[in-house]
Amino acid sequence: MRLNAEKIKHIASLARLSLSDNDVEDYCTQLSEVLENFEILNQVETSNVEPATQSVNLQNVFRNDRVRKSYSQNEVLANAPRQENNCFKVKVIL
Amino acid sequence: MDKLYRLTIHELNILLRKHEISSVELTESVLARINEMENKIHACVTINESMALKQAKEADKRLRNTDSNPLVGIPFLIKDIICTKGIRTTCSSKMLENFVPPYDATVVKKLKAANAVILGKTNMDEFAMGSSTEHSAFFATHNPWDLSRVPGGSSGGSAAAVATDEAIFALGTDTGGSVRQPASFCGVVGLKPSYGRVSRYGLVAFASSLDQIGPLCKDTTDCSLIMNCIAGHDKQDSTSLPYPVPDYTKSLISNVKGLKIGIPQEYFVEGMQTDVRTTLEEAIKKIEEMGADIDWQVSLPSTRYALSVYYILAPSEASANLARYDGVKYGFSEQNVDSVIEMTEKTRQLGFGPEVKRRIMLGTYALSAGYYDAYYRKAQKVRTLIKQEFDKAFEKYDAIITPTSPTIAFKLGEKMGNLMQMYLSDVCTLPINIAGIPAISIPAGFSNNLPVGMQIMAKPFNEEMILRIAFAYEQATDWHMRKPNI
Repeated sequence: MRLNAEKIKHIASLARLSLSDNDVEDYCTQLSEVLENFEILNQVETSNVEPATQSVNLQNVFRNDRVRKSYSQNEVLANAPRQENNCFKVKVIL
Repeated sequence: MDKLYRLTIHELNILLRKHEISSVELTESVLARINEMENKIHACVTINESMALKQAKEADKRLRNTDSNPLVGIPFLIKDIICTKGIRTTCSSKMLENFVPPYDATVVKKLKAANAVILGKTNMDEFAMGSSTEHSAFFATHNPWDLSRVPGGSSGGSAAAVATDEAIFALGTDTGGSVRQPASFCGVVGLKPSYGRVSRYGLVAFASSLDQIGPLCKDTTDCSLIMNCIAGHDKQDSTSLPYPVPDYTKSLISNVKGLKIGIPQEYFVEGMQTDVRTTLEEAIKKIEEMGADIDWQVSLPSTRYALSVYYILAPSEASANLARYDGVKYGFSEQNVDSVIEMTEKTRQLGFGPEVKRRIMLGTYALSAGYYDAYYRKAQKVRTLIKQEFDKAFEKYDAIITPTSPTIAFKLGEKMGNLMQMYLSDVCTLPINIAGIPAISIPAGFSNNLPVGMQIMAKPFNEEMILRIAFAYEQATDWHMRKPNI
């Protein structure tokens, strides 16, 4: 299936990704090429097959909810692009 | 004593323990090698000489107290996707160019506790997405066997560094072949452990159901020593399994007599180089001569679907994992914008390179409404079939042997314009991650003076079987001793 520019722009907005016009054009071609290769999977009969979400047979892994020492505010904020009053800072949202 | 950098962990451990050399001398030797070679190889993103020498001094103190740990004082490199406290961890991406983690990954913690010496961090394809290390946002790494060729990827920096003796060993990560394929291209040993064998805590996530950390090293003995240190359950990684860790050096017995080994025809794929095929066949015949019972006619028919399954599942998981790079908490952030959403969208446009964006797009598409069942769910179902096929094969065979990659190292730039050609470079390694089984790549010969790798796999949590066969083959050959003429 060939992806058109509209579709590419929609996916990009879902992925929160700005694209240049060149990108849109490139992805139309490149992603369509890759999707074409995926068609081989239609040859496989899977109606009675359970999907695998992992390769080991782990069930839910629980632990006790214990209070532990965590990172200091300074450590957590050390890589923040912008901060103010010990908070991450972003542009006005509302 | 000169050229200490040439030696293996087990050779150096003897010298260190006899106090014939110190870790400081050894670390200086390796650092000098890095300085001599880096302008040709470009394997490293960050080198921290003063920290390395400080750690080496500490190791020498431990050695004076007759520390028996085999990794004490051994200098190594870490792929730049594994978090190191206080050392920037970039994923070779503009997005994390200045990111300094506040904590160590569990594997790093374990190696520090063993008093191994951290030299620095290695180059890679951005966020581990690629097969040539050309997708690094910083620079391409060169193959020491032929500088005009790629080292493979995504752990290309780690593989090239070990092959050049810029480190005694290195850590890589493997989501679809990223330890084994570069190990094959650079003529070193590379192991992808079973999923759940090594903690992923502190490994920057690419595709969480496929990622594993593994060693790149000079021989199988070193591989077993590193595994002894890094394997095991970790409370901080709920997907690591609580199985006891064996002493992997006990697997190093030079005897394959009576072992049943299968050779699946589907791995000798169309487009495979003739020389690679004949080299592999000779290597397998050697193992047959050594007494293994080889079945040349095994069929794993679902292999042909693995590439598609992988390129649906891995980008889908990546699109979710990489949603965290929003320009707020850490990493690159574009500030020349009017709103929060625009900030996130521009940050991701400018911070990620083309291959990463391509995979985010692909994954987002495969997970989006109306396509989820056709792509993601379908791929998960075929994943079940691929895994079942391996489970069945391992009821009959102790191990399976295939080529690691259909080709030798290709030229820089050769596959950058051809997406599917690049993806096909991992066609023999992807199925292993899908099934979660362990596999090693070891040097098995040369084609046009470039290394060819042999992949040995076994059932989950049977790294011992892999190491046993690899060690036996290594004892009977000298491919792993050959060094690039550089």
